[in-house]
Amino acid sequence: MLTIAMLAALGHHDELKLHIRATQNTGVTQDEVKEILLKAAVYAGVPTANAAFKHALKAYSADGEGGHAMTESSVPYRHERAGTHPPYLHAAYGSTVKRAPSRAPLPLAQTLSETTGPGANGWSWVGAEMADLTRQHKGTPIGERMIVAGRVLDEDGRPVPNTLLEIWQCNAAGRYIHPNDHHDAPLDPNFTGAGRMVCNERGAYRFLTVKPGAYPWRNTKNAWRPAHIHFSVFGPAFATRLITQMYFPGDPLLAIDPIFQSTPDADARASLVAAYDPELSEPEWALGYRWDIVLRGRAATPVQTDAEH
Amino acid sequence: MPVRTTTASQTIGPFFHDGLDHPAWSDLTAGGALGQKIRIEGRVLDGDGQPIGDAMIEIWQANAAGRYDHPEDSQAKPLDPNFRGFGRVGTAKDGFYRFTTIRPGPVPGRGNAMQAPHINVTIFARGLLKRLVTRVYFADEPANAADPVLGTIEDPSLRRTLMAEASVAKSGSLPIYRFDIVLQGKGETVFFDV
Ligand SMILES: [Fe+2]
Repeated sequence: MLTIAMLAALGHHDELKLHIRATQNTGVTQDEVKEILLKAAVYAGVPTANAAFKHALKAYSADGEGGHAMTESSVPYRHERAGTHPPYLHAAYGSTVKRAPSRAPLPLAQTLSETTGPGANGWSWVGAEMADLTRQHKGTPIGERMIVAGRVLDEDGRPVPNTLLEIWQCNAAGRYIHPNDHHDAPLDPNFTGAGRMVCNERGAYRFLTVKPGAYPWRNTKNAWRPAHIHFSVFGPAFATRLITQMYFPGDPLLAIDPIFQSTPDADARASLVAAYDPELSEPEWALGYRWDIVLRGRAATPVQTDAEH
Repeated sequence: MPVRTTTASQTIGPFFHDGLDHPAWSDLTAGGALGQKIRIEGRVLDGDGQPIGDAMIEIWQANAAGRYDHPEDSQAKPLDPNFRGFGRVGTAKDGFYRFTTIRPGPVPGRGNAMQAPHINVTIFARGLLKRLVTRVYFADEPANAADPVLGTIEDPSLRRTLMAEASVAKSGSLPIYRFDIVLQGKGETVFFDV
């Protein structure tokens, strides 16, 4: 799909036709191609995109039996908007250099394999106590007690109900309990740093924990990670799976952290930073940070089809 | 047009094990799933061919009849109450991982196409700012010839990276399918943009 957008932007219309024909074999819908070309319009200017559109229509009409390839039984999730996620190769983050694939991932038109996903029948083993990271041991962990709460939404602002969130973090001193963490900071016998919960039907979640510390890492000399909590979220489908990190407002390390800075789009970066929320704070008890998580939405509203069922 | 920007992906980092790794989740058959029980195993390697000992792999698959345990799969095929279809495992120091599961049935593709039996795979690791997605197909599966996704990959050496090869199992043990995941360079796995 990226190829289509690129070719459209560059005005390579003959190649474009070939690629659009190829997408028909993989079942990419006409609407998806349209959406890509609209995106191209944003980057390449409207006249270029209009020309690309004409060629796209020709490619479709040239294919006598293209009709059934374009019918669909499940509505795909939207593709990422340019710049809103990090690239695989980001040299400033050294570990990407030998781990980023050399080829761009191959576009795959979503099927039932991608629009279904784990957890639809509940995560019944997840108990309410798992959302409280401050009561997993005999004593109370050291650090600033904090509530982190928010909602899991899709791109259209609709709640993503009943999905599993898993979080993990270092302690207030910046140390993970992990055997490979050799940072010379104390472990806290009262803190493991792992929590889980299933958000409610309105997508709302809430954890109680302590604020994690910053910690050094070996990416460059004297490099420190800004304080963060790792979040893992499923969403409704294989296509919506996300692992990310939540950061804290006003952290001076954000401006120089290559992991945070790897996302090109400034708004997308800012959305990784929680907001201090006085309403969420509880007097004499805990500071409140609010952070919403936005997962991919549908390319169109799902419709019931009676085809082959 | 969408009204919100999706939350950007960030790396899983090296320290996820206490939060995410449940060794029991590597066996999808623990509840007594129906179908042919198999092992999927292999190593995760970097661009120098070095093992990646801090990756996490998740799989998602249909049951033996070819049905996903999800409300959007409304095919007239039986659900298996003892098979959820989801697994997760962290790689060992030598990059090795292993799942015990069942061989999935075929599932529909787009339009009227049928997809060959496959397992959907996600890879997270330190150094991966976002997940990688690939698919395990079975090298000994005749339906591969008509699979619409494999059909988009002309180069046989690339197709081969998606094929789990049956290796000779000791008598009495489960059939073993070998599936190495090479993130970069020689033998680089085909990854998908889903
Ligand atoms: Fe971390």
